[in-house]
Amino acid sequence: MAGIIGRTMATAKLSNLNKFLVGSRVSASRTYSSAAKEMTVRDALNSALDEEMSADPKVFVMGEEVGEYQGAYKITKGLLDKYGPERVLDTPITEAGFTGIGVGAAYYGLKPIIEFMTFNFSMQAIDHIINSAAKSNYMSAGQISVPIVFRGPNGAAAGVGAQHSQCYAAWYGACPGLKVLAPYSSEDARGLLKAAIRDPDPVVFLENELLYGESFPVSAEALDSSFSLPIGKAKAKREGKDVTITAFSKMVGYALKAAEILDKEGISAEVINLRSIRPLDRPAINASVRKTNRLVTVEEGFPQHGVGAEICASVVEESFEYLDAPVERITGADVPMPYAANLERLAVPQIEDIVRAAK
Amino acid sequence: MATSASTFSSATRILQPLNNNNNNTLYGNQLGMSSCFLGTTKKLYMKTPFLSPNSKRRSKDVLVVSEVVKDKNCNADSSLSNLCHITWPLDNVLITKDEGLELYEDMVLGRAFEDMCAQMYYRGKMYGFVHLYNGQEAVSTGFIKLLKKEDFLVGVYRDHVHALSKGVPARQVMSELFGKSTGCCRGQGGSMHIFSKEHNVLGGFAFIGESIPVATGAAFSIKYRKEVLKEADCDHVTMAFFGDGTSNNGQFFECLNMAALWKLPIIFVVENNLWAIGMSHLRATSDPEIWKKGPAFGMPGVHVDGMDVLKVREVAKEAVARARRGDGPTLVECETYRFRGHSLADPDELRDPAEKNHYAARDPISALKKYMFENNLANEAELKAIDKKIDELVEDAVEFADESPHPVRSQLLENVFADPKGFGIGPDGRYRCEDPKFTEGTADV
Repeated sequence: MAGIIGRTMATAKLSNLNKFLVGSRVSASRTYSSAAKEMTVRDALNSALDEEMSADPKVFVMGEEVGEYQGAYKITKGLLDKYGPERVLDTPITEAGFTGIGVGAAYYGLKPIIEFMTFNFSMQAIDHIINSAAKSNYMSAGQISVPIVFRGPNGAAAGVGAQHSQCYAAWYGACPGLKVLAPYSSEDARGLLKAAIRDPDPVVFLENELLYGESFPVSAEALDSSFSLPIGKAKAKREGKDVTITAFSKMVGYALKAAEILDKEGISAEVINLRSIRPLDRPAINASVRKTNRLVTVEEGFPQHGVGAEICASVVEESFEYLDAPVERITGADVPMPYAANLERLAVPQIEDIVRAAK
Repeated sequence: MATSASTFSSATRILQPLNNNNNNTLYGNQLGMSSCFLGTTKKLYMKTPFLSPNSKRRSKDVLVVSEVVKDKNCNADSSLSNLCHITWPLDNVLITKDEGLELYEDMVLGRAFEDMCAQMYYRGKMYGFVHLYNGQEAVSTGFIKLLKKEDFLVGVYRDHVHALSKGVPARQVMSELFGKSTGCCRGQGGSMHIFSKEHNVLGGFAFIGESIPVATGAAFSIKYRKEVLKEADCDHVTMAFFGDGTSNNGQFFECLNMAALWKLPIIFVVENNLWAIGMSHLRATSDPEIWKKGPAFGMPGVHVDGMDVLKVREVAKEAVARARRGDGPTLVECETYRFRGHSLADPDELRDPAEKNHYAARDPISALKKYMFENNLANEAELKAIDKKIDELVEDAVEFADESPHPVRSQLLENVFADPKGFGIGPDGRYRCEDPKFTEGTADV
């Protein structure tokens, strides 16, 4: 996996940085593996939270098991010891309650980071996310801004059943007033989370449980504590000229692997990591489609009204003459996620699906 | 733990609810005595304290009952008073031999099944989230064995043993956990979503507050059938099982209110095992005595030692009788303990080993065994025979599950709707479900 990522991210600049890093120790305080500075997504998120909390005392974390348990997925590890129980709050199991409390705190100038153990649980709190947080700036004509971040794992994990596996990118992406981000690599995770925390608007930060343990190389620039990525800009992970594949979160990895396979067959695919679902980087997608003339969108969520549907509509509206073929959407199956492992594999897009659609 | 409203003073990492030396200001003043476990206020002395635990803290406290007098509509005062003053049978023994063996067998089945689940998980045959019930069997057996087949049962994700006690065959539950098509939900539900229409087991919900309104709705349907549809002998009841963490959730309170308001035939059973993953109940709750929340809404709130199946059964009998009579809901808080972690993925580091040992010594199965020996209800050989029988049953279930087929590909799209026309009309103008190739589609169907 790291090998593939290394190749796709390999530019001359990065290999120079590698040499630079081997020489001088960059002072990010964790040990990573070998030559290229690698960081798991989990560590990236943890370090981003750590740095933002130390930079701004108004930032605090609230959620279930974030404190003593060190985080249900260990993202908030060590924060309780460092910042104390007043800034890292373990809550009872009351999503609606503590989300509402976070929104109220944000109204009065604090910067809460609300963790949902999975975004499925955010459905118990969705009233606060949408009605209290997303709409407030508008309803108050700019008097109240809500600098809050809702974060947690989104989408399917492995064998966790229907109620733990839904992808919420499309639902939250439909709401005006929210910003929705979906990082893929560690660099994305770090940069986007920092940007989200500094942002004065409500941000829904969709992580992915299966990506937490994956390692990605990070540049020295990304390890700097003032690093942040702009919200609303996608990134072309791989240049190509025959077909554009857009994806976000875990599907970017699959798309990259599919692109490798397609490469061997002579099809050069351009993979775009959306990074930001709302606002969607339509110019980047359209520019890419105008170059390659074909589009495949990949996502894990349900097909109807999904992110792919929106991208397809946007491309058809703006780049219709450039399309040589209809847009292909790869999505999760239109069923609640089954438990049985073989059915679950069928319900989630696999690399072969992407390859087949691209052809 | 400080009594201030601030949540910030969590200086004590692990709270010892059982430590008599602790300056437990929350309870000391109220109780005027050191409590053996959470929430004991009044003492009801048993004529024969039968299940004395091995621990140093001997408990003569059997039941704690709240004062429920706010319910003006309650006309059956006798039922309330029955709950308030349980009249123990004059003879020493609370169960017959057959009942004792039935209870023992059920608890052993629960324990053996869960242990086997752990084994299978570590061998990779089970996956995802699996939550085991070891240690809490007394609650499941004590309550569910009093239910008829038509009574409803609603649980949360720790539901394997509830389903087994209700009568779902072990084979079906095991295959469901393996993800095979012979499982009770054909492999589509998984560990957390065990449903059985035949045995009226309404799941398995992953979201903890979710089960309570669903259970309340089931109870409502029973009342509706009785009163509006005039079905004669519709005196079924519903039991909702959930944990201490859930008792802080808003949906719980909303349902307590409506159940009491409409006098629904439901029993809310709180399995207070003191921990919600890594969050101690005392750190999460302003007033940890959950049974008190019942009378606030106008129903009796009962606290019972959940490690003792006979005590649980006595309370359950009265609560079920109340519901069947039409006197409305009851909130029962069973103080129990899970011997394993929250789920098989939980390293379980935050719980104090002393606390775990204390409760391990009060294992409900050993306690029942001891009771039966002391009262000459059974001998060693009979119980061993039951153990063996259960072991064989569980192994048979595993074999059955192993040999069962995985779900076929076309099952992916089945059961999404009761009426498959919900998939809409396909490009050829006919309903998509009628196209035989429909179920051969893949993720981009």
